[in-house]
Amino acid sequence: MSDRRDTNTNPPDDAWLARPSTIRLLWWVFAVLLALTVAAQGLFKVKGYFGADGWFAFGAVYGFLSCLAMVLVAKGLGYVLKRKQDYYREADDD
Amino acid sequence: MIELLPPALILLVGALLIGPTRGRLRTTIVLAAPLLTLLAIWQVPDGVVFTLDFLQYRIEPLEGSAVRRLFATIFALMAFAGGLYAYRQAKWHELAAAYAYASGAIGVSFAGDLISLFLFWELMALFSTVVVWCGGTPAARAAGIRYAIMHLLGGVILKVGIEGVMIHTGSIELQAMRADSFDHWMILIGILINAAAPPVSAWLSDAYPESSPTGSVFLSAFTTKTAVLALILLFPGEPVLIGIGLFMVMYGIIYALLENDIRRILAFSIVNQVGFMVCAVGIGTEMAINGAAAHAFAHIIYKALLFMSAGVVVYRTGCNRCTEVGGLFRTMPLTAVCGIVGALAISGFPLTSGFTTKTMISQAAADESLVIVYFLLAAASAGVFLHAGIKFPWFVFFQRDSGLRPKDAPWNMAVAMVFFAVLCVVFGVAPQLLYAYLPYPVEYQAYTAGKVVFYLQLLLFSGLAFFLLLPLMRRTETISLDTDWLWRVAGLRLATWLHDVLAAAGARITATARSAGDALGRRGRHWFGSETTDGRRQHGVFARAWPIGTTALWIAVLLTAYVFFYYLD
Repeated sequence: MSDRRDTNTNPPDDAWLARPSTIRLLWWVFAVLLALTVAAQGLFKVKGYFGADGWFAFGAVYGFLSCLAMVLVAKGLGYVLKRKQDYYREADDD
Repeated sequence: MIELLPPALILLVGALLIGPTRGRLRTTIVLAAPLLTLLAIWQVPDGVVFTLDFLQYRIEPLEGSAVRRLFATIFALMAFAGGLYAYRQAKWHELAAAYAYASGAIGVSFAGDLISLFLFWELMALFSTVVVWCGGTPAARAAGIRYAIMHLLGGVILKVGIEGVMIHTGSIELQAMRADSFDHWMILIGILINAAAPPVSAWLSDAYPESSPTGSVFLSAFTTKTAVLALILLFPGEPVLIGIGLFMVMYGIIYALLENDIRRILAFSIVNQVGFMVCAVGIGTEMAINGAAAHAFAHIIYKALLFMSAGVVVYRTGCNRCTEVGGLFRTMPLTAVCGIVGALAISGFPLTSGFTTKTMISQAAADESLVIVYFLLAAASAGVFLHAGIKFPWFVFFQRDSGLRPKDAPWNMAVAMVFFAVLCVVFGVAPQLLYAYLPYPVEYQAYTAGKVVFYLQLLLFSGLAFFLLLPLMRRTETISLDTDWLWRVAGLRLATWLHDVLAAAGARITATARSAGDALGRRGRHWFGSETTDGRRQHGVFARAWPIGTTALWIAVLLTAYVFFYYLD
């Protein structure tokens, strides 16, 4: 138990993963992977159950658009639903 | 010997022994009890093993079948890994409560009738509340009370349904039914409350993150998944579950996207994942039920792994929120890697257990030509990657450098995490290990080139969406209102208002009564007389000495009246 919350705050280091050059490299690797997964559909036929889901790059477009929609819906609902994190504590104190 | 004992009883005895023992003996009990339970679980044959007579009912506390053994197996495995993860850090009473809670879940798994189901159900409610309270903070105490109220209410509703079925059919058999009568609806609602279905999903995200870092690992596993098993046993193919499941799937994603608390993100994603299973039970085909059972099995492993990873972060840093952490990969590489494996598994990446189980549910929807369900589940799979698959590891382990340099996990926590991380991969690479134990024979090929390409596209492009939309997802120090606002705030305000109104009315009534009483007293004193302050009697009207003339006049009047009426007759 003695080692609990053993945190010393060193100055920010230069971890390999945090370097801008690495992040640029990762973006490139990611872009190539994205292109490859779409290109792979040329080699392997995706069996669509309902027509549309067999279209070329359907998974890519559908995945991206549904995430966009969910983020926007969440953002919109956030304006209505978000409260300060001590909201209930204040409410309890009433 | 061991095959004669009900598995739940072994774990319950283990739970009882954790308190009185110390040191190595306690460690041995913590680690051995779930393994002995597991051994006993695998000895349970199909069908009813033994019965008891209670009142005029035949109780069947131990009934075996493939799906029951599957759920009991994962519950026992979970108790073992959770015990290993927690035994050096958790308080003994948290461990004991968690084991009793797990034994309740195993008891529900093998319950052959509604009465034993209910008893083990309540055992879970009781001891899971204790696990929440072991969080030890005032917030945990309050959340535990809300949690207990919700589960006791759910228990009462379930009991109403069970008693209705007992009275109307005379049978307490656990058998498949439809939501077609009041009794059945009550049972369904009672179970759905434990599954964190709408409109009461909030109990889960309210209570779990308030427990201790070790407690939330146990809590993530049992309650919702026993509810899924109960749905599989009692309501397979109930169409209303499809809609409820889809709602839960979307609710979990949206709320997790809005959330800042690390473990609350994972809690919302439990609702999301259970939504997949509830939807599958609603579809109800053999493929769908296999999918629900397999997904529950895989889910318990990767969700516990995620909670373990988050638990280590909370344990080491004392921070609960995304806005407080970040960049922890530098000093917690193992915790980060295990968290990422769990995150990939929950997202259903190929080669992880999530892929081989979740796609069964989508396949079942496709087989039944449920177009909307199929496409919503696909969108949800992308959304899972968004809210749990990337968001959790990104904000905790990467994002920015928070300056925190905590140590990596203690060895027992590390071993438990690696154990579950390996299982996530094993069931992803060799799904037949799991498929062999599903309730129905499996003729499903998880890995076809087309399917892998489709899901890789879906998931990687959701990853792209995440990083492009990061500015929209900046963490804010907020919470999100849920339906529990209705009783935590609106209900409280209504109660306060009612109290004020009644108090005012009461004061008014008291004042009126007092003035009426005063007036009455004055009249009484006037007629009957009273004691004055200096001790003399003040005579009232009735006690006054009347003048003789008045009396003679009244007697004359009375006699005249008498004579008058006498002759009138």
